[in-house]
Amino acid sequence: MTRYILNRMLQALLVLLVMSVVIYSLIGLMPGDPLDLMIASNPGATPEVVAHLRAIYGLDQPLMLRYWHWLLAALTGDLGYSRTHSQPVLEVLLPALWQTCKLMIISFVVSVILSFVLGIIAALRPGGWADGLINLVAFAGISVPVFWLALMMILIFAVKLHWFPASGVSSIGDGGLLDQGRHLVMPVITLALATTGGFIRYVRASMIEVLRMDHVRTARAKGASRSRVVLIHAFRNALIPVVTVMALSFGVLFNGALLTETMFAQPGMGKMIYDAILGNDFNLALTGLLFATLVTLLSNLAADIAYGWLDPRIAVS
Amino acid sequence: MSELIALDGISVHFHLGGGGFLGGAKRILKAAENVSFAVAEGETLALVGESGSGKSTLGNVVAGLQTPTAGHLRFRGKTLDRATWRQARRAIQIVFQDPFGALDPRMPVSAIIAEPLRILGIGTSTERATRAAELIGLVGLPRDALNRYPHEFSGGQRQRIAIARALAPNPALIVADEPLSALDVSIQSQVLNLMKELQERLGLSYLFISHDLAVVNHLVDRVAVLYLGRLVEIAPRAALFATPSHPYTRALLEAVPRIGQRRQRGRTIKGEMPSPLRPPSGCVFHPRCPKAADICSREAPALGPAPGRPTQFAACHFKD
Amino acid sequence: MSAVITEPLATEAAIGVWRLRWRRFAHHRPAMTSLVVLALLGVFVLAAFPMIWITGIDPDATDLLSRFDPPSAQHWLGTDDAGRDELVRLMIGGQISLLVGLLATVAGGLIGLVVGVVSGYFGGRTDAILMRFTDGMIALPLLPLLIVLGALDLTKLGFSSEFAHSGAAGFWRIVIIISIVDWTSIARLVRAATLSIKERDYVRAARASGAGALYVMPTHILPNVATPIIVAFTLTVGRVILLESVLSFLGFGVVPPTPSWGNMLNNAQELVTTAPGLAVYPGLLILVTVIAVNFIGDGLQHAFDPRSER
Repeated sequence: MTRYILNRMLQALLVLLVMSVVIYSLIGLMPGDPLDLMIASNPGATPEVVAHLRAIYGLDQPLMLRYWHWLLAALTGDLGYSRTHSQPVLEVLLPALWQTCKLMIISFVVSVILSFVLGIIAALRPGGWADGLINLVAFAGISVPVFWLALMMILIFAVKLHWFPASGVSSIGDGGLLDQGRHLVMPVITLALATTGGFIRYVRASMIEVLRMDHVRTARAKGASRSRVVLIHAFRNALIPVVTVMALSFGVLFNGALLTETMFAQPGMGKMIYDAILGNDFNLALTGLLFATLVTLLSNLAADIAYGWLDPRIAVS
Repeated sequence: MSELIALDGISVHFHLGGGGFLGGAKRILKAAENVSFAVAEGETLALVGESGSGKSTLGNVVAGLQTPTAGHLRFRGKTLDRATWRQARRAIQIVFQDPFGALDPRMPVSAIIAEPLRILGIGTSTERATRAAELIGLVGLPRDALNRYPHEFSGGQRQRIAIARALAPNPALIVADEPLSALDVSIQSQVLNLMKELQERLGLSYLFISHDLAVVNHLVDRVAVLYLGRLVEIAPRAALFATPSHPYTRALLEAVPRIGQRRQRGRTIKGEMPSPLRPPSGCVFHPRCPKAADICSREAPALGPAPGRPTQFAACHFKD
Repeated sequence: MSAVITEPLATEAAIGVWRLRWRRFAHHRPAMTSLVVLALLGVFVLAAFPMIWITGIDPDATDLLSRFDPPSAQHWLGTDDAGRDELVRLMIGGQISLLVGLLATVAGGLIGLVVGVVSGYFGGRTDAILMRFTDGMIALPLLPLLIVLGALDLTKLGFSSEFAHSGAAGFWRIVIIISIVDWTSIARLVRAATLSIKERDYVRAARASGAGALYVMPTHILPNVATPIIVAFTLTVGRVILLESVLSFLGFGVVPPTPSWGNMLNNAQELVTTAPGLAVYPGLLILVTVIAVNFIGDGLQHAFDPRSER
């Protein structure tokens, strides 16, 4: 098992490395040249100065050489300087990461609870009206464009009803937990709604299959009361595929978070990357994207391991 | 009778897991080890053994589905190479155990039967259709079966279709890999009779793979017994059943319940078949053999004739 | 002939497998409803042509004096933030969005199909390399990557500035970038199906007669893989439509003046406060389309797999 984990981590590292090359090259193709922007804001720059600057920043060297320099620096912890924030990249990235984590974790928890509750209700009486309704809600969840859902939420709750603030993390002059909470409500609900849809169907399908399985029927035949059966026997077995799916949907959650943050003007990773790309802040965008890749890789690995641990039948090798 | 196909020192090793990025012991599964025997024209040779004995693997080697790790095949006396390979594919066909997986559910029966001809590039499509019609009758199914799909047929009928398919290129040898095991007992005898009849009519040879000695009794001329990938005994049918030479064969025979015979106590083989990943040293049967002596764990016995019976061979230091 | 058959042949006529499936699909009410809905949507988006022809409205004509006009006889749904007729733009935007959806699905699906079949059939090192590559693609955060790709400056790749900013370039760019990023789930699916079919005895029988990859793949593997592929393609359409809408919304997909349901929501904040209706229509259309497609995919799943219960 340990060997398997180490193997996979090595592979993940390899993937990360390859992706860093790919993204580095792609970012170079983005519109705008960092020096052009510098020149535009400083009309006094003569061609000699420009050439000199170009040499200093190493922009006259071939792509692979620049990449190599970047890689060496990155491995020592120097991830460069963010042009648009005038700060080292890590100082911008880490707070943003934390902000996103807050949003994602809370949304994830809400989503999991919601989907388990709804999924189990639906599974207890398949084909019933509750099942049909929940099914419809689930379908709507996976079909709705997240940004539009956010728009609608803003329209209804912020503009028309004035219940919650439409953007930001905290109001000026406040910053306490309650205020932050109010600002988080809509983003969390938006994100949670979008992800719950997919989860519900898995929970439901998983529960239905397990409720039918022989050992559950045996437990019921032995006289265990209905709720006991449901909770104890079925739940644990239903957990297995569901957990995998949930962990693997981290990517979906991240995409959703990016959009949600943009819509609600929250300073998280998603918005940071988006702004960095638009603002030609190469270092920040590159590092941000790589971080996101790393986290996705790690979560996939964690899902695989959790899956193998939860179900002892799975031979990992 | 001339030699149709011969196996010469065939070994098949599978490399499983292990190795990889961070090392770890490589696991080698020795499915077959140094097996040699031959099938003659018009003969039926049974390949018997328990699961894990390597009989299916050897069948696959003969049918061209498995490349041996060592050793080579001879087809009609000539070593199998690129030139002779195509002839061999035409002359050797295979019938599988599970009739429900043997036919492509998307193809109509006529296409299924004619498929070997299509692959081998034999005949025009009209000629192939005619051949399919001919074959469907040969296996005892009505002509309108040709336009139907596999899911409309029962297990026994599907097996007949599979046999028809195997007959399409007019093969000399059919490898039958447990063709009866998945069928109901009443159907088994029907299919067995069909196979016998086809052999008489067409001069076919069979390499009949089975774990069931009782079935083997009816059809075969010679029997080869496998244990853990090694050939332990090969003999004409009557001789094998009457005077088994190898202790394993003897034990197998005694394990077959026969009506009217009291169960022999104390004659079951002790222990379980070891894993092909870690075969015992010397003679692989020695941990379970009632006759095992010191030499058995050190030296693997070669296949030699049984005392007084030159057509019967066994690999044992103490053969009867 | 002495081998007598004792069992009667199945008397049920060769009722095609496909007809059975259609019946099951037809019993799935949400799926059938969705078919109708999609048909109506199709009519809706195509109605742009007669509409323009009859009323003479130019979908690209801006009229800054008539921004955000409420619905009137001339403009049934009012005008948008540049004075253009909203209804006609919704129709044309629908054509664009749906077209992108279909094209990107087919293109990406083909990539996934090839990768999956080759990987599954040949196994060994080919499989290992292809799967590592696929895993790598899956590990990439989808949206950021698409944004980077969508923001690529085509002039840096050698295209003329005029082409780089044209509507056609925007359209094809988004089709291409979505298809090169979104093929992975189909690849995995096809690979799994190929792996299981490869081991079936009928494939082995063909190989015993000497059949090579070029025979087995189209003859045995693809037809038997068709079922899960059809479902996967259908579900992909929904996903792709959502992706296009997001990218266009962010400004990296279909660029104005060419309308798409996504980019009609570009000035979201402005719309919400000034003309809420305009913020609702495009998104609602997307929602309805994608739900319908997903229900159809669900119906197909039930139709093809009788064991899955309602």
